[in-house]
Amino acid sequence: MPAETQPTKNRALLIALVAGVFALVAVGVAMLLVNISEKKSEARFSYVRVVEVGEDDTDPAKWGKNWPREFDDYKRTAERTSTKYGGAIGTAEGEMAPQKAERDPWLKRVFAGYLFAVDYRDRRGHAFMLKDQEITKRNVPGEGKQSGNCLHCHGSIMPLYRKLGKEAAPQGSPAEQLQAGLAKVAEMGYWDAHKALEDMGGGKAHPVSCVDCHDPASMEVRVSRPGFIAGIQKLAAGSAEVPHLPSIDRWRKGDRSKPYDPNLDSTRQERRAYVCGQCHVEYFCGKGMTLLFPWAEGLKVENAEHLYDNLQVKGQRFKDWVHAETGFEVLKAQHPEFEVWSQGIHARSGVTCADCHMPYKREGAQKYSDHWVRSPLLQPNRACATCHPLTDDELKARVLAIQDRHFALLTRAGNAAVAMIDAIVAVRKPYDERNLAAATAKAKETLAKQDAFQKLPKEDQDKKMGAEVKANLLASWREVIAKTPALQELENLQRAAQWRLDFVAAENSMGFHAPQELARILGESIDLSREAEVKATRLAVGTAASAAAVPATQRR
Amino acid sequence: MPSSRGVSVFPLSLVLAATAGLALGLGAFAFDYAKGSSYLGNDPRTCANCHVMEGHYAGWLAGTHHAVATCNDCHTPAAFVPKYWVKATNGYHHSMAFTMGGYPDAIKARPESAKVVEDNCRRCHAAVVEDIAHGGDVSCVRCHRNVGHIR
Repeated sequence: MPAETQPTKNRALLIALVAGVFALVAVGVAMLLVNISEKKSEARFSYVRVVEVGEDDTDPAKWGKNWPREFDDYKRTAERTSTKYGGAIGTAEGEMAPQKAERDPWLKRVFAGYLFAVDYRDRRGHAFMLKDQEITKRNVPGEGKQSGNCLHCHGSIMPLYRKLGKEAAPQGSPAEQLQAGLAKVAEMGYWDAHKALEDMGGGKAHPVSCVDCHDPASMEVRVSRPGFIAGIQKLAAGSAEVPHLPSIDRWRKGDRSKPYDPNLDSTRQERRAYVCGQCHVEYFCGKGMTLLFPWAEGLKVENAEHLYDNLQVKGQRFKDWVHAETGFEVLKAQHPEFEVWSQGIHARSGVTCADCHMPYKREGAQKYSDHWVRSPLLQPNRACATCHPLTDDELKARVLAIQDRHFALLTRAGNAAVAMIDAIVAVRKPYDERNLAAATAKAKETLAKQDAFQKLPKEDQDKKMGAEVKANLLASWREVIAKTPALQELENLQRAAQWRLDFVAAENSMGFHAPQELARILGESIDLSREAEVKATRLAVGTAASAAAVPATQRR
Repeated sequence: MPSSRGVSVFPLSLVLAATAGLALGLGAFAFDYAKGSSYLGNDPRTCANCHVMEGHYAGWLAGTHHAVATCNDCHTPAAFVPKYWVKATNGYHHSMAFTMGGYPDAIKARPESAKVVEDNCRRCHAAVVEDIAHGGDVSCVRCHRNVGHIR
């Protein structure tokens, strides 16, 4: 009996084991089958439209229901990322980005008397673009110095442009209404425009959103911003060389009956740069001036400079501010990424912003653009290796070599600018000293007439008095400049040197977008700064000699 | 005893047969559904079955070798046994990567694969390259990168 049961039991066990193994195989095969099927359907359907989105839907969360992958990426722009030269290095969660002057102390001297000397921080991701503008000390609510123009790029503002445009130009075409809306918002202060935008968005204003770059009906990449549209139309209508934008060349050869339309005339690949160029550009937008992209003469640094130098505002040559130390009228560059990219080899090769900053990625069988817009150095395999088949380390090392050299040259240019400012200050000083007594007397006389001034605490009175004296000294100094060609020459040198330096420093790529072009510009800046320094030093010697003729008691 | 044997063993072998049949059937269907047989042939479209290679396939369509060489001419050895051995090992690596995920977007040839390509360059272009001694690790595609599919 036992001999009979044992083999039967063993055989039953073996059979059960084999059946179990086959069952596991069947499970594995079924899982693989489901996986293959999922990937096949992923490859067929890139998205499922579960809600309808329209032009006024500035809330990205709504779009996120249809395009969850892209929305997940977009949300991640709130994450801290950094590379050696950019991206709020070392900041903790919730902490502000560091001041740029911590790394580049020369910025404080170059921006003396301008709000950028007060607060100028490193960049953060797209998610912060509106918040960082709301809290910067450059934009104090009570002072209302910033214009509504700022929201052109910091907010998802199109509904407001359309609404105000319709009111301002009811008979106009949609394109005309858009430009009219831009002009209307330019007349508003920042916080009024901000409030109007919030009211349109159901109490909330959003930073850059899906609708700013995508047509809600077709999801096609498109340009929405009126500032860019006007700017690129002027560029097309001009004669500047744009080998990296072939559609402009094609339009120029056509009948030109309609202005260049960046949405109709361009290629899809060009639009992958245009959408970024809506904001990552140099522009001017003083309060009460309509936002303008200075591209009529071309995209190079001297094209914009020439345009500014010939631009008259209330009968005066355009300026961004008066430098507090030298008293000269100078220019401020913003962040000309689109312009600098235009001068680089990548642009010339047809590689656009999105190729590197929003490279294609895969999720299962789905291939789509990464919407976590960030430095390509954080994902060199996707961003660079599709064209440059090298290892991540080698790719990073190549970029870093460019950036290190660029940073060294940038620092030299910054130091040269400081030396120039020192030399010019030495020229101005004797004039200020001679005028100090008169300027103080005049300030006292002016302030004595103001009742409000008498009621101020002593500390504030001193502050106000100091500012008034400074203003008076500047006014007399400007009179001296007006009749002294040598000082006008110095003023032009500082303006040109700082414009070049700032154009490069404010550009976000630490030289990478167009290394040779930026090195050329920095070389010119250093040359101009040193030329100004030499001329100022000679002038200072001359002034000291003439001052020596004055009795010693009147000198310090 | 026979009755107890008949009762205990017969259903088990039936279960075994059914399970094995199910596994085989599922396997056969999965093989067909995943276009398994296509991998035995030479059609370049097969390589674009799994989406990862779509760019490479498009690149090959536009590339200079398009008229004279298919994927297999460069990426598998010419002899029958090595060819199917490479197909099998590559197939294993590719299906593991695609099913499990986690591979880089810009994929790179493993050293073994690069050697296969190099050997094929030299095989077809023997008349041209037999007198060339580059030495070291210099490979044909280091300079002639865009002949196949890389733009």
